[in-house]
Amino acid sequence: MMTTETPSALRRTALHATHHAHKARMVDFGGWDMPVQYRGLIEEHMAVRTAVGLFDVSHMGDIQLRGPNSLAAVQKLLMNDASKLQTGQAHYSAMLYPNGTFVDDVVLHKLGDNDYLIVINAGTREKDVQWVRQVIGGMSGVHVNDFSDYYTQLAIQGPKAEATLQKLTGVDLSTIKNYWFTWGQVCGCHNVMIARTGYTGEDGFEIYIPSDEPTSARVWGEVLAAGEEFGIIPCGLGARNTLRLESAMALYGHEISDTINVFEANLGRYCKLDKDTDFVGREALLEVQNSGGPSRKLVGLEMVDRGIGRDGYPVATLDGTKIGEITSGSPAPFLKKNIALAYVPVAYTEPGTELAVEIRGQLVKAQVVPTPFYKRPKPAAPKL
Amino acid sequence: MSYPENYRYAKSHEWLEVDGKTGIIGITDYAQSSLGDIVFVELPKVGDKLDAGSPFGSVESVKAVSELYSPAAGTVTEINEALNDEPETINTDANETWIIKLSLTGDESDDLLSAADYEKFVAEETGH
Repeated sequence: MMTTETPSALRRTALHATHHAHKARMVDFGGWDMPVQYRGLIEEHMAVRTAVGLFDVSHMGDIQLRGPNSLAAVQKLLMNDASKLQTGQAHYSAMLYPNGTFVDDVVLHKLGDNDYLIVINAGTREKDVQWVRQVIGGMSGVHVNDFSDYYTQLAIQGPKAEATLQKLTGVDLSTIKNYWFTWGQVCGCHNVMIARTGYTGEDGFEIYIPSDEPTSARVWGEVLAAGEEFGIIPCGLGARNTLRLESAMALYGHEISDTINVFEANLGRYCKLDKDTDFVGREALLEVQNSGGPSRKLVGLEMVDRGIGRDGYPVATLDGTKIGEITSGSPAPFLKKNIALAYVPVAYTEPGTELAVEIRGQLVKAQVVPTPFYKRPKPAAPKL
Repeated sequence: MSYPENYRYAKSHEWLEVDGKTGIIGITDYAQSSLGDIVFVELPKVGDKLDAGSPFGSVESVKAVSELYSPAAGTVTEINEALNDEPETINTDANETWIIKLSLTGDESDDLLSAADYEKFVAEETGH
Protein backbone atom coordinates (compact mmCIF):
# COMPACT_ATOMS: atom_id res chain seq x y z
CA MET A 1 0.00 0.00 0.00
CA MET A 2 1.22 3.46 -0.85
CA THR A 3 1.39 5.93 1.96
CA THR A 4 2.24 9.54 1.49
CA GLU A 5 3.87 11.29 4.39
CA THR A 6 2.19 14.61 5.03
CA PRO A 7 4.93 17.18 5.42
CA SER A 8 4.55 18.58 8.89
CA ALA A 9 6.07 21.73 10.27
CA LEU A 10 5.00 20.70 13.76
CA ARG A 11 7.75 19.99 16.22
CA ARG A 12 7.93 16.71 18.09
CA THR A 13 9.23 15.69 21.47
CA ALA A 14 11.43 12.62 21.86
CA LEU A 15 8.31 10.75 23.03
CA HIS A 16 6.32 11.33 19.85
CA ALA A 17 6.43 7.66 18.79
CA THR A 18 5.57 6.62 22.35
CA HIS A 19 2.44 8.79 22.30
CA HIS A 20 1.38 7.20 19.01
CA ALA A 21 1.94 3.76 20.48
CA HIS A 22 -0.44 4.77 23.30
CA LYS A 23 -2.96 5.80 20.60
CA ALA A 24 -2.97 9.35 21.92
CA ARG A 25 -5.03 11.97 20.11
CA MET A 26 -2.53 14.58 18.97
CA VAL A 27 -3.04 18.33 18.51
CA ASP A 28 -1.04 21.34 17.43
CA PHE A 29 -0.10 23.10 20.66
CA GLY A 30 1.99 26.21 20.09
CA GLY A 31 3.61 24.63 17.03
CA TRP A 32 4.15 21.24 18.72
CA ASP A 33 2.45 17.97 17.86
CA MET A 34 1.39 17.01 21.39
CA PRO A 35 -0.98 14.47 22.99
CA VAL A 36 -4.23 16.14 24.04
CA GLN A 37 -5.60 12.93 25.54
CA TYR A 38 -4.92 9.21 25.73
CA ARG A 39 -7.85 7.28 27.22
CA GLY A 40 -10.09 10.19 28.14
CA LEU A 41 -9.72 13.66 29.57
CA ILE A 42 -11.92 13.14 32.64
CA GLU A 43 -10.25 9.84 33.56
CA GLU A 44 -6.82 11.48 33.21
CA HIS A 45 -7.87 14.51 35.25
CA MET A 46 -9.26 12.29 38.03
CA ALA A 47 -6.11 10.12 38.08
CA VAL A 48 -4.04 13.20 38.93
CA ARG A 49 -6.46 14.38 41.64
CA THR A 50 -6.85 10.98 43.27
CA ALA A 51 -3.75 8.91 42.36
CA VAL A 52 -1.02 9.81 39.86
CA GLY A 53 -0.63 10.81 36.22
CA LEU A 54 2.34 11.14 33.85
CA PHE A 55 2.74 14.03 31.39
CA ASP A 56 5.28 14.69 28.63
CA VAL A 57 6.04 18.39 28.99
CA SER A 58 9.23 18.38 26.94
CA HIS A 59 7.87 21.16 24.78
CA MET A 60 8.61 23.56 27.64
CA GLY A 61 11.80 25.58 27.11
CA ASP A 62 14.84 25.92 29.34
CA ILE A 63 17.15 28.94 29.34
CA GLN A 64 20.26 28.89 31.48
CA LEU A 65 22.00 32.07 32.68
CA ARG A 66 25.50 31.64 34.08
CA GLY A 67 28.38 33.83 35.09
CA PRO A 68 29.31 36.39 37.75
CA ASN A 69 26.52 38.76 36.67
CA SER A 70 23.81 36.14 36.24
CA LEU A 71 21.94 37.22 39.38
CA ALA A 72 21.95 40.85 38.22
CA ALA A 73 20.70 39.68 34.81
CA VAL A 74 17.91 37.57 36.31
CA GLN A 75 16.89 40.45 38.59
CA LYS A 76 16.63 42.84 35.63
CA LEU A 77 14.76 40.30 33.49
CA LEU A 78 12.23 38.90 35.98
CA MET A 79 9.69 40.47 38.34
CA ASN A 80 10.15 38.26 41.41
CA ASP A 81 13.14 38.73 43.76
CA ALA A 82 15.71 36.10 42.79
CA SER A 83 18.07 37.21 45.57
CA LYS A 84 15.73 35.40 47.98
CA LEU A 85 16.31 32.03 46.32
CA GLN A 86 18.69 29.51 47.80
CA THR A 87 20.52 26.94 45.72
CA GLY A 88 18.04 24.18 45.00
CA GLN A 89 15.03 26.46 45.26
CA ALA A 90 12.63 27.65 42.55
CA HIS A 91 9.86 30.22 42.31
CA TYR A 92 7.17 31.49 39.99
CA SER A 93 8.07 34.68 38.14
CA ALA A 94 7.55 36.48 34.84
CA MET A 95 9.33 38.44 32.13
CA LEU A 96 7.58 41.72 31.46
CA TYR A 97 7.55 44.34 28.75
CA PRO A 98 8.35 47.92 29.79
CA ASN A 99 4.59 48.63 30.04
CA GLY A 100 4.14 45.91 32.71
CA THR A 101 2.45 43.33 30.45
CA PHE A 102 3.71 39.79 29.97
CA VAL A 103 6.41 38.42 27.70
CA ASP A 104 5.88 35.08 29.48
CA ASP A 105 5.47 33.55 32.91
CA VAL A 106 8.30 31.30 34.06
CA VAL A 107 9.65 29.17 36.86
CA LEU A 108 13.13 30.30 37.94
CA HIS A 109 15.46 27.69 39.45
CA LYS A 110 18.66 28.62 41.28
CA LEU A 111 21.08 25.86 40.24
CA GLY A 112 23.94 27.41 42.20
CA ASP A 113 25.66 30.72 42.80
CA ASN A 114 25.86 32.48 39.42
CA ASP A 115 23.78 29.78 37.76
CA TYR A 116 20.03 29.98 37.00
CA LEU A 117 17.60 27.98 34.92
CA ILE A 118 14.44 29.64 33.58
CA VAL A 119 11.70 27.24 32.48
CA ILE A 120 9.52 28.92 29.85
CA ASN A 121 6.41 28.12 27.82
CA ALA A 122 6.50 26.15 24.57
CA GLY A 123 4.58 28.52 22.34
CA THR A 124 6.76 31.48 23.30
CA ARG A 125 10.18 29.81 23.17
CA GLU A 126 11.79 31.76 20.33
CA LYS A 127 10.28 35.05 21.44
CA ASP A 128 11.47 34.45 25.01
CA VAL A 129 15.03 33.55 24.04
CA GLN A 130 15.22 36.65 21.83
CA TRP A 131 13.81 38.78 24.64
CA VAL A 132 16.36 37.46 27.13
CA ARG A 133 19.18 38.22 24.73
CA GLN A 134 17.78 41.68 24.07
CA VAL A 135 17.30 42.63 27.72
CA ILE A 136 20.64 41.41 29.02
CA GLY A 137 22.54 41.65 25.74
CA GLY A 138 24.67 44.56 26.88
CA MET A 139 25.61 43.07 30.25
CA SER A 140 29.02 41.55 30.72
CA GLY A 141 29.67 38.51 32.87
CA VAL A 142 26.58 36.54 31.90
CA HIS A 143 26.32 33.63 29.52
CA VAL A 144 22.94 32.74 27.99
CA ASN A 145 22.20 29.23 26.76
CA ASP A 146 19.04 27.78 25.28
CA PHE A 147 18.99 24.19 26.57
CA SER A 148 15.39 23.53 25.55
CA ASP A 149 16.21 20.66 23.20
CA TYR A 150 18.51 18.91 25.66
CA TYR A 151 15.85 17.80 28.11
CA THR A 152 12.89 15.49 28.06
CA GLN A 153 10.75 16.94 30.83
CA LEU A 154 8.31 14.57 32.51
CA ALA A 155 5.72 15.68 35.06
CA ILE A 156 4.63 13.03 37.57
CA GLN A 157 1.65 14.55 39.36
CA GLY A 158 -0.81 13.49 42.00
CA PRO A 159 -1.00 12.31 45.63
CA LYS A 160 0.85 9.11 44.62
CA ALA A 161 3.56 10.92 42.63
CA GLU A 162 6.13 10.65 45.42
CA ALA A 163 5.47 6.94 46.01
CA THR A 164 5.77 6.31 42.26
CA LEU A 165 8.99 8.21 41.67
CA GLN A 166 10.56 6.97 44.91
CA LYS A 167 10.71 3.47 43.41
CA LEU A 168 13.00 4.78 40.66
CA THR A 169 15.52 6.84 42.60
CA GLY A 170 17.79 6.64 45.64
CA VAL A 171 17.14 10.29 46.46
CA ASP A 172 14.90 10.63 49.52
CA LEU A 173 12.05 12.53 47.87
CA SER A 174 10.33 13.28 51.17
CA THR A 175 13.13 15.75 51.92
CA ILE A 176 12.35 17.87 48.81
CA LYS A 177 9.95 20.63 49.78
CA ASN A 178 7.41 22.20 47.46
CA TYR A 179 9.21 24.35 44.83
CA TRP A 180 12.62 22.93 45.76
CA PHE A 181 14.72 20.57 43.66
CA THR A 182 17.80 18.42 43.74
CA TRP A 183 19.83 16.17 41.46
CA GLY A 184 20.14 12.44 41.57
CA GLN A 185 19.95 9.15 39.77
CA VAL A 186 16.57 8.30 38.22
CA CYS A 187 16.08 5.09 36.23
CA GLY A 188 19.85 4.75 36.00
CA CYS A 189 20.34 8.26 34.53
CA HIS A 190 22.82 10.32 36.53
CA ASN A 191 22.42 13.96 37.59
CA VAL A 192 18.74 14.17 36.79
CA MET A 193 17.15 17.37 38.05
CA ILE A 194 14.20 16.39 40.26
CA ALA A 195 11.92 19.31 41.10
CA ARG A 196 8.84 19.31 43.31
CA THR A 197 6.94 21.53 40.87
CA GLY A 198 4.01 21.19 38.49
CA TYR A 199 1.04 22.80 36.83
CA THR A 200 -1.83 20.74 38.17
CA GLY A 201 -2.50 22.13 41.66
CA GLU A 202 -1.52 18.72 43.00
CA ASP A 203 1.65 17.47 44.68
CA GLY A 204 4.14 16.15 42.16
CA PHE A 205 7.53 16.23 40.51
CA GLU A 206 9.06 17.34 37.26
CA ILE A 207 12.17 15.49 36.14
CA TYR A 208 14.60 16.59 33.43
CA ILE A 209 16.19 13.63 31.65
CA PRO A 210 18.39 13.42 28.53
CA SER A 211 16.30 14.06 25.42
CA ASP A 212 17.48 11.15 23.27
CA GLU A 213 14.63 8.90 22.16
CA PRO A 214 15.72 5.60 23.71
CA THR A 215 16.33 7.14 27.16
CA SER A 216 13.12 9.17 27.02
CA ALA A 217 11.00 6.18 26.03
CA ARG A 218 12.66 3.91 28.60
CA VAL A 219 12.17 6.33 31.51
CA TRP A 220 8.56 7.01 30.42
CA GLY A 221 7.91 3.26 30.48
CA GLU A 222 9.62 2.76 33.84
CA VAL A 223 7.57 5.54 35.45
CA LEU A 224 4.36 3.97 34.14
CA ALA A 225 5.43 0.56 35.44
CA ALA A 226 6.37 2.00 38.84
CA GLY A 227 3.03 3.75 39.15
CA GLU A 228 0.94 0.83 37.97
CA GLU A 229 0.09 -0.30 41.52
CA PHE A 230 -1.30 3.20 42.19
CA GLY A 231 -3.30 3.39 38.96
CA ILE A 232 -1.00 5.71 37.00
CA ILE A 233 -2.06 6.65 33.45
CA PRO A 234 -0.49 8.89 30.81
CA CYS A 235 -2.20 12.28 30.70
CA GLY A 236 -2.48 14.75 27.86
CA LEU A 237 -2.63 18.49 27.55
CA GLY A 238 -6.44 18.40 27.83
CA ALA A 239 -6.25 17.22 31.44
CA ARG A 240 -3.29 19.50 32.08
CA ASN A 241 -5.49 22.43 31.08
CA THR A 242 -8.51 21.49 33.20
CA LEU A 243 -6.24 20.70 36.17
CA ARG A 244 -4.52 24.07 36.03
CA LEU A 245 -7.86 25.82 35.51
CA GLU A 246 -9.38 24.23 38.64
CA SER A 247 -6.32 25.52 40.47
CA ALA A 248 -6.73 28.95 38.76
CA MET A 249 -3.18 28.95 37.42
CA ALA A 250 -2.56 31.33 34.52
CA LEU A 251 -1.95 30.15 30.96
CA TYR A 252 -0.03 32.37 28.55
CA GLY A 253 -2.25 33.64 25.74
CA HIS A 254 -5.29 33.34 28.01
CA GLU A 255 -5.00 34.91 31.49
CA ILE A 256 -1.70 36.61 30.70
CA SER A 257 -0.45 38.21 27.49
CA ASP A 258 1.14 41.33 26.08
CA THR A 259 -2.10 43.27 26.68
CA ILE A 260 -2.60 42.29 30.35
CA ASN A 261 -0.52 43.63 33.24
CA VAL A 262 0.61 41.94 36.43
CA PHE A 263 -1.97 43.55 38.73
CA GLU A 264 -4.87 42.81 36.40
CA ALA A 265 -3.82 39.15 36.43
CA ASN A 266 -3.73 39.10 40.27
CA LEU A 267 -0.06 38.11 40.20
CA GLY A 268 1.18 41.04 42.28
CA ARG A 269 2.38 38.71 45.03
CA TYR A 270 5.08 37.40 42.67
CA CYS A 271 6.11 40.92 41.62
CA LYS A 272 8.61 42.60 43.95
CA LEU A 273 8.47 46.29 43.10
CA ASP A 274 10.68 47.06 46.09
CA LYS A 275 13.53 44.63 45.36
CA ASP A 276 16.86 46.43 45.27
CA THR A 277 17.32 46.08 41.50
CA ASP A 278 15.28 47.75 38.79
CA PHE A 279 13.53 45.37 36.40
CA VAL A 280 11.79 45.69 33.07
CA GLY A 281 8.17 46.73 33.65
CA ARG A 282 8.69 48.07 37.18
CA GLU A 283 8.17 51.74 36.40
CA ALA A 284 4.89 51.16 34.55
CA LEU A 285 3.59 48.95 37.37
CA LEU A 286 4.50 51.55 40.01
CA GLU A 287 2.45 54.00 38.03
CA VAL A 288 -0.52 51.60 37.92
CA GLN A 289 -0.20 51.08 41.66
CA ASN A 290 0.06 54.81 42.43
CA SER A 291 -2.92 55.69 40.27
CA GLY A 292 -5.25 53.46 42.29
CA GLY A 293 -4.63 50.03 40.76
CA PRO A 294 -5.95 48.40 37.61
CA SER A 295 -9.47 49.08 36.30
CA ARG A 296 -10.17 45.42 35.48
CA LYS A 297 -9.17 42.20 37.21
CA LEU A 298 -9.18 38.47 36.72
CA VAL A 299 -11.97 36.71 38.63
CA GLY A 300 -13.23 33.18 39.02
CA LEU A 301 -16.73 32.47 37.72
CA GLU A 302 -18.97 29.53 38.44
CA MET A 303 -21.95 28.92 36.17
CA VAL A 304 -25.19 29.06 38.17
CA ASP A 305 -27.59 28.06 35.39
CA ARG A 306 -27.05 25.27 32.87
CA GLY A 307 -24.37 26.14 30.34
CA ILE A 308 -20.62 26.10 29.87
CA GLY A 309 -18.76 29.38 29.54
CA ARG A 310 -15.76 28.91 27.27
CA ASP A 311 -12.66 30.82 26.16
CA GLY A 312 -13.62 34.09 24.50
CA TYR A 313 -17.29 34.12 25.53
CA PRO A 314 -18.56 37.59 26.60
CA VAL A 315 -19.30 38.30 30.27
CA ALA A 316 -22.21 40.66 30.93
CA THR A 317 -24.24 42.13 33.74
CA LEU A 318 -27.63 40.49 34.32
CA ASP A 319 -29.27 43.14 32.12
CA GLY A 320 -27.00 42.17 29.22
CA THR A 321 -24.40 44.95 29.24
CA LYS A 322 -21.12 43.44 28.11
CA ILE A 323 -18.39 44.07 30.69
CA GLY A 324 -15.68 41.52 29.98
CA GLU A 325 -14.59 38.22 28.52
CA ILE A 326 -13.76 34.70 29.61
CA THR A 327 -10.08 33.82 29.18
CA SER A 328 -10.45 30.11 30.06
CA GLY A 329 -13.67 28.25 30.70
CA SER A 330 -14.51 24.58 30.96
CA PRO A 331 -16.35 21.93 32.87
CA ALA A 332 -14.22 21.14 35.95
CA PRO A 333 -14.02 17.33 36.07
CA PHE A 334 -13.12 17.01 39.77
CA LEU A 335 -15.35 19.81 41.11
CA LYS A 336 -18.16 18.80 38.73
CA LYS A 337 -19.03 22.44 38.10
CA ASN A 338 -18.67 24.68 35.09
CA ILE A 339 -15.97 27.22 35.87
CA ALA A 340 -14.18 30.05 34.13
CA LEU A 341 -11.61 32.78 34.57
CA ALA A 342 -12.60 36.18 33.19
CA TYR A 343 -11.57 39.82 33.13
CA VAL A 344 -14.20 42.20 34.51
CA PRO A 345 -14.14 45.78 35.88
CA VAL A 346 -13.07 45.90 39.56
CA ALA A 347 -16.61 46.90 40.60
CA TYR A 348 -17.74 43.36 39.70
CA THR A 349 -14.97 41.34 41.36
CA GLU A 350 -16.52 40.74 44.79
CA PRO A 351 -17.31 37.02 45.37
CA GLY A 352 -21.05 36.50 45.20
CA THR A 353 -21.56 39.10 42.46
CA GLU A 354 -24.09 37.77 39.97
CA LEU A 355 -23.11 38.08 36.32
CA ALA A 356 -24.07 36.43 33.04
CA VAL A 357 -22.11 34.66 30.35
CA GLU A 358 -23.32 35.03 26.79
CA ILE A 359 -23.48 31.53 25.33
CA ARG A 360 -24.48 31.44 21.66
CA GLY A 361 -26.66 34.51 22.05
CA GLN A 362 -28.25 33.53 25.39
CA LEU A 363 -27.43 35.10 28.76
CA VAL A 364 -26.67 32.33 31.25
CA LYS A 365 -26.32 33.20 34.93
CA ALA A 366 -22.94 32.90 36.65
CA GLN A 367 -21.44 34.15 39.88
CA VAL A 368 -18.07 35.44 41.01
CA VAL A 369 -16.35 32.93 43.32
CA PRO A 370 -13.03 32.96 45.17
CA THR A 371 -10.03 31.37 43.45
CA PRO A 372 -8.46 28.88 43.34
CA PHE A 373 -11.59 26.86 42.60
CA TYR A 374 -9.75 23.79 43.89
CA LYS A 375 -7.17 23.60 46.64
CA ARG A 376 -5.53 20.28 47.38
CA PRO A 377 -6.12 18.90 50.86
CA LYS A 378 -3.21 19.48 53.21
CA PRO A 379 -1.47 16.24 54.14
CA ALA A 380 -2.79 14.97 57.47
CA ALA A 381 -0.66 16.01 60.42
CA PRO A 382 1.50 13.13 61.67
CA LYS A 383 0.03 11.44 64.73
CA LEU A 384 2.06 11.99 67.89
CA MET B 1 -16.17 2.54 15.04
CA SER B 2 -19.43 1.08 13.86
CA TYR B 3 -22.12 2.53 11.63
CA PRO B 4 -25.44 0.66 11.38
CA GLU B 5 -26.45 -0.14 7.79
CA ASN B 6 -30.06 0.97 8.27
CA TYR B 7 -29.12 4.53 9.26
CA ARG B 8 -28.17 7.34 6.94
CA TYR B 9 -25.52 9.88 7.82
CA ALA B 10 -24.98 13.63 7.47
CA LYS B 11 -21.55 15.07 6.75
CA SER B 12 -22.04 17.05 9.97
CA HIS B 13 -21.92 13.65 11.76
CA GLU B 14 -25.54 13.04 12.76
CA TRP B 15 -27.30 9.77 11.99
CA LEU B 16 -30.94 9.46 10.87
CA GLU B 17 -33.09 6.38 11.32
CA VAL B 18 -36.44 6.51 9.58
CA ASP B 19 -39.31 4.49 11.07
CA GLY B 20 -42.43 5.19 9.03
CA LYS B 21 -43.18 8.89 9.55
CA THR B 22 -40.79 9.17 12.49
CA GLY B 23 -37.19 10.33 12.16
CA ILE B 24 -34.81 9.37 14.98
CA ILE B 25 -31.60 11.40 15.26
CA GLY B 26 -28.34 10.94 17.12
CA ILE B 27 -24.64 11.60 16.57
CA THR B 28 -22.23 9.12 15.03
CA ASP B 29 -19.67 6.96 16.74
CA TYR B 30 -16.97 9.00 15.02
CA ALA B 31 -18.48 12.24 16.37
CA GLN B 32 -18.59 11.03 19.97
CA SER B 33 -15.06 9.68 19.70
CA SER B 34 -13.62 12.93 18.36
CA LEU B 35 -15.46 15.02 20.92
CA GLY B 36 -14.25 12.96 23.86
CA ASP B 37 -16.03 12.95 27.23
CA ILE B 38 -19.48 14.45 26.61
CA VAL B 39 -20.71 16.51 29.56
CA PHE B 40 -23.63 18.55 28.22
CA VAL B 41 -26.37 18.23 25.61
CA GLU B 42 -28.48 21.24 24.68
CA LEU B 43 -31.89 19.97 23.48
CA PRO B 44 -34.62 21.71 21.48
CA LYS B 45 -38.23 21.92 22.71
CA VAL B 46 -40.96 19.50 21.77
CA GLY B 47 -42.95 21.22 19.02
CA ASP B 48 -39.95 23.02 17.47
CA LYS B 49 -40.15 22.92 13.67
CA LEU B 50 -36.87 22.07 11.96
CA ASP B 51 -35.79 22.37 8.34
CA ALA B 52 -33.37 19.89 6.84
CA GLY B 53 -29.94 21.19 7.84
CA SER B 54 -31.16 23.57 10.53
CA PRO B 55 -29.40 23.67 13.91
CA PHE B 56 -31.35 22.18 16.81
CA GLY B 57 -28.96 22.06 19.74
CA SER B 58 -25.42 21.22 20.71
CA VAL B 59 -23.28 18.55 22.29
CA GLU B 60 -20.40 19.63 24.50
CA SER B 61 -17.40 17.68 25.71
CA VAL B 62 -14.91 18.97 28.24
CA LYS B 63 -12.88 20.46 25.41
CA ALA B 64 -15.30 21.35 22.64
CA VAL B 65 -18.76 22.41 21.52
CA SER B 66 -20.38 20.79 18.51
CA GLU B 67 -23.56 22.18 16.95
CA LEU B 68 -26.23 19.67 15.97
CA TYR B 69 -27.95 19.90 12.57
CA SER B 70 -31.10 18.08 11.64
CA PRO B 71 -30.63 15.69 8.68
CA ALA B 72 -34.37 15.96 7.89
CA ALA B 73 -37.27 18.38 8.16
CA GLY B 74 -39.97 17.83 10.76
CA THR B 75 -41.52 18.72 14.08
CA VAL B 76 -39.80 17.64 17.29
CA THR B 77 -42.06 15.09 19.00
CA GLU B 78 -39.69 13.79 21.67
CA ILE B 79 -36.40 14.82 23.25
CA ASN B 80 -34.16 12.44 25.15
CA GLU B 81 -34.34 14.11 28.57
CA ALA B 82 -32.20 11.39 30.14
CA LEU B 83 -29.27 13.12 28.42
CA ASN B 84 -29.65 16.06 30.83
CA ASP B 85 -28.42 13.82 33.63
CA GLU B 86 -26.35 11.29 31.73
CA PRO B 87 -24.93 12.89 28.59
CA GLU B 88 -22.05 10.38 28.71
CA THR B 89 -24.35 7.63 27.43
CA ILE B 90 -23.60 9.08 23.98
CA ASN B 91 -19.96 8.09 24.50
CA THR B 92 -20.98 4.65 25.68
CA ASP B 93 -23.25 3.93 22.73
CA ALA B 94 -23.68 6.66 20.14
CA ASN B 95 -25.63 4.43 17.76
CA GLU B 96 -28.30 3.49 20.29
CA THR B 97 -28.53 6.86 22.04
CA TRP B 98 -31.06 8.99 20.22
CA ILE B 99 -31.21 12.74 20.89
CA ILE B 100 -34.49 13.80 19.27
CA LYS B 101 -37.40 12.25 17.40
CA LEU B 102 -39.17 14.10 14.58
CA SER B 103 -42.49 13.79 12.85
CA LEU B 104 -41.07 13.92 9.33
CA THR B 105 -42.47 16.35 6.77
CA GLY B 106 -40.60 14.94 3.78
CA ASP B 107 -37.53 17.05 3.12
CA GLU B 108 -34.11 15.59 3.81
CA SER B 109 -30.62 17.02 3.44
CA ASP B 110 -29.67 16.09 -0.13
CA ASP B 111 -26.24 14.71 0.75
CA LEU B 112 -27.09 12.02 3.30
CA LEU B 113 -24.69 9.10 3.06
CA SER B 114 -25.00 5.35 3.41
CA ALA B 115 -23.01 3.69 6.21
CA ALA B 116 -20.28 2.61 3.78
CA ASP B 117 -20.03 6.05 2.17
CA TYR B 118 -19.99 7.76 5.57
CA GLU B 119 -17.15 5.52 6.69
CA LYS B 120 -15.21 6.51 3.54
CA PHE B 121 -16.03 10.18 4.17
CA VAL B 122 -14.68 9.98 7.73
CA ALA B 123 -11.56 8.18 6.52
CA GLU B 124 -10.91 10.96 4.00
CA GLU B 125 -11.61 13.66 6.55
CA THR B 126 -9.19 12.22 9.08
CA GLY B 127 -6.61 11.26 6.46
CA HIS B 128 -6.45 7.59 7.43
